Amino acid sequence: MVDIVRRYPGQLAKPAFQRRAGMRQFVRRRTTIAFLMCLPLIVIVAGLIIYPALYSIFLATLNKAQTRFLGLGNFSYLLSRDTFWMVIEQSAIFALTAVFFKALIGLVTAHLVNNLPSKGQRKWRGMLLVPWVIPLALSTLGWWWLFDPTHSAFNWLIRGFGGTDVPWLSDPYWARFSVILVNVWYGAPFFLIMYLAALKSVPEQLYEAAQIDGANAWQRFLHITLPMMQNIIAITVLFSLIVTFANFDIVQIMTAGGPRNMTHVFATYAFLLGIRSGDLPLGAAVSLFMFPILAVSAVFILRGVRKRGREIG
Amino acid sequence: MTAAVAEYPRAGGASLKRNRRWALFTSYFFLILFAIFFLTPPYYMIVTSLKSDAEVAHLASNPWIIANGVTLEQYRLLFRETDFLIYFKNTVIVTLCVVTITMVVSVLAAFSLSRMRFWGSGILATGIFLTYLIPDTLLFIPLFQIVRGLGLLNSYWSMVLVYPTLTVPFCTWIMIGYFQSIPKELDEAALIDGAGHMQMLLKIFIPVALPGIIAATIFAFTVSWAAFVYPIAFLFSADQQVLTVGTVTSLIKADVYKWGMLMAGALVAAAPPLIVYAFLMDYYIAGLTAGATKG
Repeated sequence: MVDIVRRYPGQLAKPAFQRRAGMRQFVRRRTTIAFLMCLPLIVIVAGLIIYPALYSIFLATLNKAQTRFLGLGNFSYLLSRDTFWMVIEQSAIFALTAVFFKALIGLVTAHLVNNLPSKGQRKWRGMLLVPWVIPLALSTLGWWWLFDPTHSAFNWLIRGFGGTDVPWLSDPYWARFSVILVNVWYGAPFFLIMYLAALKSVPEQLYEAAQIDGANAWQRFLHITLPMMQNIIAITVLFSLIVTFANFDIVQIMTAGGPRNMTHVFATYAFLLGIRSGDLPLGAAVSLFMFPILAVSAVFILRGVRKRGREIG
Repeated sequence: MTAAVAEYPRAGGASLKRNRRWALFTSYFFLILFAIFFLTPPYYMIVTSLKSDAEVAHLASNPWIIANGVTLEQYRLLFRETDFLIYFKNTVIVTLCVVTITMVVSVLAAFSLSRMRFWGSGILATGIFLTYLIPDTLLFIPLFQIVRGLGLLNSYWSMVLVYPTLTVPFCTWIMIGYFQSIPKELDEAALIDGAGHMQMLLKIFIPVALPGIIAATIFAFTVSWAAFVYPIAFLFSADQQVLTVGTVTSLIKADVYKWGMLMAGALVAAAPPLIVYAFLMDYYIAGLTAGATKG
């Protein structure tokens, strides 16, 4: 500041009132400009996210032709159908199992990569991230081909070891397993990079101190790594829970909900009813069932992010 | 860990070194297993795309290798006899527009939210993060109605309209983080030198936060390239289709699965994100993890 005063003596010599008026004008202009700069964002968020979200609540209360108000009719209709309960069940199984294994594989691979000499880490990380970089719809197409009923390359291997063919996508339970497997394959690398970054942010001195105190690798993991990474693990898991709950591509491409509707998740069922069958209100009602889960996760994520922000600075 | 070991060369002597070597060996062993798991589908896609139709259909031969010679026939078919290049062109147009819109909108907003306070700006910053958590599968049905109302159904311009819902919130969020990390002294100096807000943004903020801008651009690019829900719901004719949906649905004709060509299509469609990521991976990862690890 001393520099500034020395460089601009003239400005400070202005009469006080004039300066204050100028300042006020400046502030006013500043907030106006700030608001204008945010305006495109506000328009996009309000017009294309908030408005559709609220509109879908309204839409869900109408009948198929959108001519009559049904109140909660669509919701109660859905809840009276066995198929919809199966969708709820499968969405929960799909999301919880997939997120658990993604988090587990992410944590394990992050540790393994972190163990390597730092020179090789980049190469391994790049290799392990490939599933996450290929657009999901396209890699799912590859998986579909791997699961093909007559040409499955997995079954060729299984036969080679003397086993019998696995009905990957034609048996409902195997189909559930397959869609979860693809989701784990796609999502685990995201956990890997998050955890790897978190591992690197743990101060090295803590491990050195623990090593001198005679802690073994497992104890170091349990008492240093886990507590230090707790928050990031929580944020990543909750975030992934949202994304996995809302997942569409894998189920739509591989099974389109079949066999016997047993692999449907909220998104694909909403697509089937809303777009394919043309009952937009009913489809909107299905996708709104995702909202409570998303809202709860979002609250916890926000809390975690804020806490993390305070911890670091 | 290497640093820690190097600092205590005599701490455990030979046994420590042996432990270390054993740990390294197990790490490599399991990493190779995971790498096989992660790379099997892309490997198999490449192998299939380089085979002839006859070999793909042949049941007895080993599907994991190319026995009858490498052929580019599938790629030739893909480019010559399908609408693949139309999908590719549409995707390029949509992605370019979306990335441009996203970056302009989010950089302006992030600059304003990180540096200038106005009524409600704090709530807005939090609100943006929350809207990022609203998935496209919740929005596609009401948006279908809106897009239909605008007369944009079955036009790829509707993608330019709706993709920003996927990109803008997160890009703004990471840009706010990068802009906040720029020292306040820099903009004070600029203001005193008589720079306006626009000059400040263009001459100081954008150059200093360039890594963040690169990360946000890559994010916007990969998301709009890979989007699937909106195009499958809003687009249905081949001349308007984009790559993801076009490859997955329209290349399959009359129930004849030409798997070699399908895999070729999937690989070509996946190539641009893979290439971008191969060159700019570090920026991208730094941008993505900054939000979580640095608050």
